[in-house]
Amino acid sequence: MVEFTLWDILRNLLLAARWTVVLSLIAFAGGGAVGLVLLVLRLTGNRVADAAIGAYVQLFQGTPLLMQLFLLYFGIALFGVETSPWMAACVALILYASAYLTEIWRGCVAAVPRGQWEASASLALGFGQQLAHVVLPQALRIAVPPTVGFLVQVVKGTALASVIGFVELTKAGGMIANVTYEPLLVYGCVALIYFALCFPISLYAGSLERKLHVGRR
Amino acid sequence: MRVALDFWPVLAQWPLLLEGAAWTLGLTAVATLLGSSVGVACAWARVSGPWALRVPAAAYVELIRNTPFIVQLFFVFFGLPAAGIRLTPLTASILAMTINLGAYATEIVRAGIQATPRGQIEAAESLALTRLQVFVHIVLPPALKRVWPALTSQIIIVMLGSAVCGQISMEELSHAANLIQSRNFRAFEAYILATLVYLGLAILVRRVLHWAGQRFVFGS
Repeated sequence: MVEFTLWDILRNLLLAARWTVVLSLIAFAGGGAVGLVLLVLRLTGNRVADAAIGAYVQLFQGTPLLMQLFLLYFGIALFGVETSPWMAACVALILYASAYLTEIWRGCVAAVPRGQWEASASLALGFGQQLAHVVLPQALRIAVPPTVGFLVQVVKGTALASVIGFVELTKAGGMIANVTYEPLLVYGCVALIYFALCFPISLYAGSLERKLHVGRR
Repeated sequence: MRVALDFWPVLAQWPLLLEGAAWTLGLTAVATLLGSSVGVACAWARVSGPWALRVPAAAYVELIRNTPFIVQLFFVFFGLPAAGIRLTPLTASILAMTINLGAYATEIVRAGIQATPRGQIEAAESLALTRLQVFVHIVLPPALKRVWPALTSQIIIVMLGSAVCGQISMEELSHAANLIQSRNFRAFEAYILATLVYLGLAILVRRVLHWAGQRFVFGS
């Protein structure tokens, strides 16, 4: 029987935590890119695009992320593409993040006063120029705190990838708990590592929020 | 490559899906009652409780909000037995969901309480109400009314999160889908139908809570 020290457990968990970080970054960056495209499509004022993206957002916000992961995992395979937990987790989390981010950013764009659009239109700026030079820079200022806050959701969401067999922090925790027979200690450590990842982001989002509202108090 | 979907083998198992949906709703209902109570108690502790309660309440909220639900659930179900606390999948699911909702509800209710106009509390105190009476009758009902939409959204998030409880063999909706696909290998179809049921449940719960709030919680 092999003995496991606390350091063995922690070291292996930290190694697995790298994959949690990598998956979070991919989901956040990919989700941001897709979310931005969806946002611009929605702002063009095309009714069909607006309704379709609205339904997309409702679908992802109204169903469990776990089901989305299962659907992607089994769905991609239906099209004859070889799936791996890694690919399914990336695609599912990117789509999930894009739905939330596009909705968050839409709110931020809506918070830019209508007159800004009208003033820039009266200066004969095109739609792209209005967005790039007038509206988005102002929306960006409001968008940063909730976007950083959403990153916490993404990090916590990656834990569900363990269910389809992607070895990240939670999955590694389960495996280590099984060989060490110390589930209390191992899951405690797993929770603390997630906390160490998420809490600084939460604090940062909170401080950004306070800075943004400082002028209004 | 042709994609052939066949929903009939899954639809033939509809009693399983129905039973799973009932369990999901049941879990959510119990967790909502318990979790909201925890939330109100901790919100009170954070706003007007003594220091000895404020700090643990704040730590509880931050710890739960910054860790994934699945880890909380596994800690309760797999971890606690090592400390001599053995739970069934049902009690573990309810406990984890309550703890999770409680932390978010604390922050939501706290925001509502802090928006109470100072004058209302002073007026109530001048009528010789005790601190508890002021909280229960003056502060809490309008606070709940203010934050009801946010609380509703959080309850729905917890319900959708409860899909994870199938992983500890709690027989709720996602577990039913898993069981069906293991019988007829129609995995994609089973999960699509289960996902649509979740979507329907989310819409249903939003409607019911909107109605229940006005009817029972804060009056209209």
